[in-house]
Amino acid sequence: MARVVVDVMLKPEILDPQGQAVQRALPRLGYQGISDVRQGKRFELEVEGPVDDAALTRIREMAETFLANTVIEDFAVKVES
Amino acid sequence: MTVRIGVVTFPGTLDDRDTQRAVRIAGAEPVPLWHRDKDLKQAEAIVLPGGFSYGDYLRAGAISRFSPVMEAVVAAARDGMPVLGICNGFQLLTETHLLPGAMLRNNHLHFVCRDQKLRVENAGTAWTADYTAGQEISIPLKNIDGRYVADERTLDELEAEGRVAFRYAGWNPNGSLRDIAGIANAAGNVVGLMPHPEHAVEPLIGTGGTDGLGFFTSILRKLVNV
Repeated sequence: MARVVVDVMLKPEILDPQGQAVQRALPRLGYQGISDVRQGKRFELEVEGPVDDAALTRIREMAETFLANTVIEDFAVKVES
Repeated sequence: MTVRIGVVTFPGTLDDRDTQRAVRIAGAEPVPLWHRDKDLKQAEAIVLPGGFSYGDYLRAGAISRFSPVMEAVVAAARDGMPVLGICNGFQLLTETHLLPGAMLRNNHLHFVCRDQKLRVENAGTAWTADYTAGQEISIPLKNIDGRYVADERTLDELEAEGRVAFRYAGWNPNGSLRDIAGIANAAGNVVGLMPHPEHAVEPLIGTGGTDGLGFFTSILRKLVNV
């Protein structure tokens, strides 16, 4: 079985207060030098059968219509071996 | 003959009973609809109430969007049926793309529960005809994912076409762009807003006023006069 990973991130222009809250907490925890944090989602899909072009096309369609809301989010699909 | 207004219940919906009650107080007949229903049971208008449909998993409204009842609601809305989305219902309407933009976590990351002042910007929609443009109303607001966002071009388009139906007045409770609390589609039959008119229809409870009742009397009057 192959694993396909879909990463979903807020578009750069969209304010991410959760990422900001994480970033602001870092110095207090002793982690210096992190100027920005953006929080996203990662989906790990276990795919039955071969991950060919047809399967990837379907997965991209799934990501575009369901896993991500492309009004506010970008997504990236990658195959893990 | 009474006017039938459908009120949809999803797993996780909270405000369906209050919405049915508001419909009844306005003088119409509420028609309960379940998320698995494929037909709208002769409803002439639909309200998508607040709550946390499907636990808000993935994104608010992202899963309920694909429920059988929504297929019928989206098709009917495209044919002109009046649809009102309140809170989770508004989030759902943006996920179905019946309304543009999207809803995100409040900019301060806190759940907000308060009486909220709104300015009615468009009194020409199916759901706002009993208000006057510029009128201020006070109704409850309660959410954590209430920040309305859309790209600049969409926002300009909404403003130019008078499709910003409500704006937060006095205080922007969540960082919504341009203080937008609710919007309408181009035809004016689909309206979504984050605050809850159905909780402000009786003097005894809620805000102690009836500022929300106008949504339900507006639609009733429109459907009776058709």
